[in-house]
Amino acid sequence: MTTLRDVAIGEACQIHRVIGDGELKRRIVAMGLTRGTTVRVTNLAPLGDPLELQVRGYQLSVRKDDAARIEVTL
Amino acid sequence: MTRTIALAGNPNSGKSTLFNRLTGSKQSVGNWPGVTLERKVGRLRQHPDVAIVDLPGVYSLSAYTLEERVARDYLLDAKPDCIINIVDGTNLERNLFLTTQLLELGIPVVIAVNMMDLVRHQGLTLDTSLLSRNLGVPVVEISASHGSGIDHLTDAVLRGHTVPALLPYTPEHEAALAAIMQVVGTSNRWIATQVFERDEFVNPRLPQIARVQEQLESIITRREDALDDDAISIMAAERYTQVTNVLPGSFTSTSARSLTLSDHIDQIVTNRWLALPIFAVVMFAVYYIAVTTVGTYVTDYTNDVIFGNFVPNHVAVWLSDIGTAEWLNRLVVEGIIGGVGAVLGFVPQLMLLFIFLAILEDSGYMARVAFIMDRAFRHFGLSGKSFIPMLIGTGCSVPGIMASRTIENERDRKLTAMTTSFIPCGAKLAVIALISGAIFQGAWWVAPSAYFVGMAAVILSGIILKKSVLFSGDPAPFVMELPPYHAPRPSVVLRSMWDRSWAFIRRAGTIILLATMTIWFLANVGWQHGPRFVDDLDNSFLAAVSGSIAWIFAPLGWGTWQSTAATLSGLVAKESVVGTFGVLYGVADVSDDGAEVWGQLAASFTVLAAYSFLLFNLLCAPCFAAIGAIRREMGNGRWTAFAVAYQTVFAWTISFIFYQVGIAIRDRAVDGWTILAVVALAGIVWLLVKKPARPRRAAVVASIGSEATA
Repeated sequence: MTTLRDVAIGEACQIHRVIGDGELKRRIVAMGLTRGTTVRVTNLAPLGDPLELQVRGYQLSVRKDDAARIEVTL
Repeated sequence: MTRTIALAGNPNSGKSTLFNRLTGSKQSVGNWPGVTLERKVGRLRQHPDVAIVDLPGVYSLSAYTLEERVARDYLLDAKPDCIINIVDGTNLERNLFLTTQLLELGIPVVIAVNMMDLVRHQGLTLDTSLLSRNLGVPVVEISASHGSGIDHLTDAVLRGHTVPALLPYTPEHEAALAAIMQVVGTSNRWIATQVFERDEFVNPRLPQIARVQEQLESIITRREDALDDDAISIMAAERYTQVTNVLPGSFTSTSARSLTLSDHIDQIVTNRWLALPIFAVVMFAVYYIAVTTVGTYVTDYTNDVIFGNFVPNHVAVWLSDIGTAEWLNRLVVEGIIGGVGAVLGFVPQLMLLFIFLAILEDSGYMARVAFIMDRAFRHFGLSGKSFIPMLIGTGCSVPGIMASRTIENERDRKLTAMTTSFIPCGAKLAVIALISGAIFQGAWWVAPSAYFVGMAAVILSGIILKKSVLFSGDPAPFVMELPPYHAPRPSVVLRSMWDRSWAFIRRAGTIILLATMTIWFLANVGWQHGPRFVDDLDNSFLAAVSGSIAWIFAPLGWGTWQSTAATLSGLVAKESVVGTFGVLYGVADVSDDGAEVWGQLAASFTVLAAYSFLLFNLLCAPCFAAIGAIRREMGNGRWTAFAVAYQTVFAWTISFIFYQVGIAIRDRAVDGWTILAVVALAGIVWLLVKKPARPRRAAVVASIGSEATA
């Protein structure tokens, strides 16, 4: 399965599933990364991590390790 | 009868600005019970019978962060008469996620759509009456920073409202929630949604839940199997569906959206190649103005001119004019005014720094600082935002520690406040210059080595403390909103600057004042047939105290009472170390680097002992002003004591290892002390590589829960 980590800068994808549980998972879905939501990876921090996303009309930053737990369809 | 209104909303929604608009200056600031989170309560302007409680900014009411637990426990237990839910009009979809939860609590809600000026600037108009009809609660447009719409909001709140009707979920989900409500015996649908998410924090509110666990599991898993997803995601998706159903079409993210000015700025500011140069320029500008030039100028002026000359001289003259005894004159002029000056001397520079921090925060750049620096800091338990406290700390630890206020995560903030003073500050440069000049003939490497030691201490401590029980637990989720850029608003900037400066004066002031006066007393009073003022430091209580504890520093190579007294006086201000040596060696007026006492110092210190002395003084407890700042950030005395004890023990251990291993290498001989030093070194290595302690979350939650119900 493709994860959000694999999505190229500038590309968009749809959220399929967020793996895991606990605080991180709850925060990710509360921020709007629910199934079917369109997410665009807009930028990468200059040191190579984290990612910057555009989701539900605002900018969100997630670390690559966390993005690897978000399954997406292109 | 007093009515209580709770103010709830996302972080960055303008909540504190609205709180200030609603309450004016009638606020009281405290802490939420059991936690170091700030709790602000105020009275509605012109309506002293209406209390407004500012809840922590949260994205959700799930109880997985401290802020969320505080907000949800307050709403469920204190049952306010009404909730003002402030939402960011430029980011309605995400902000209304929290709203869908607030609407289910059985408490009347009024929605304040903030930043309407920016929404209109984007060429959008919000049909508030449609939104109000869809949500079933009053919706008011406001701009908290311009103060528009506040009267309408106040009217809507005062009118009083009934509990909102529930928004529908999909029929299958409604059925599942209805079944849960019946099984656990609650009429509160929000509780049912939390049970659906398997949120164990609601369990204490449902006494019979243990008996029906199996029934609940079958309801939940049936939904999960049907949708091939987990309960947490299903619940969030249901809520977001509610949001897109109530939002006018032009406000959903599916609508076409052109790039805003903020997007263009962001493309440049966080650009792969430009981000670091821009970051360096911004940080240099802040440092140059707040620390190097204007900051030093105002601090020196208040310290040297106002509290060093003007005030004491005038008070001294006035006191002797009215015939005050000399000892009382000295007590007031040197002890009290000196102590007050030690607090107030920092305030002008702090105000300047807080203006810069507020500009960085309000413009949206501070979130990008965390974004840009995250990778460099996360491995030792610090936030990307820890960069600013460390940078400012090279000038002075007090504003450096206070700058950690901008870090939202409590654990990151405490770690930053504990480690910032390891970075050599301007005052420690005097100690470095003294040792470097006296012992090392001003060798070029002494000062850089001090900075290297400071950075290494920050990194080592970050790794060690991150693994301790106190800081254990999952790393804080770094899922961070990057708010849109806008021009900083003077009213917001000034308010933030004033609140933080005042907090320093009020909370940090007492400890600095008391401690400074205590040291002054010890240094100036001695026992000569009873307590009396002494002119000679040799006869003072400070000498007696130093003499009795000097043995502690013997294993570090400098267990003399003079070195101990100098170190103790460093607690008042680190540059006092130099001055104290001057007094001890009979030099009336030493220069900044203490060149007059270099000869005597070189005679009483070996090379290894001197560097060990320097190491200890760089890393041990900072000056009282910085301890006061740590007290302010830690929120309570126990954490402050832990921080200071950690720093001092760490400093002692590092100096001990350095000195004893150094001696062994120099003499090519091993003794008992060498073995102890190697054991201490092994202990540090073990702390660095050991497995992290198990989190104590359950215990923390239990204590917060019991205080909430108490």
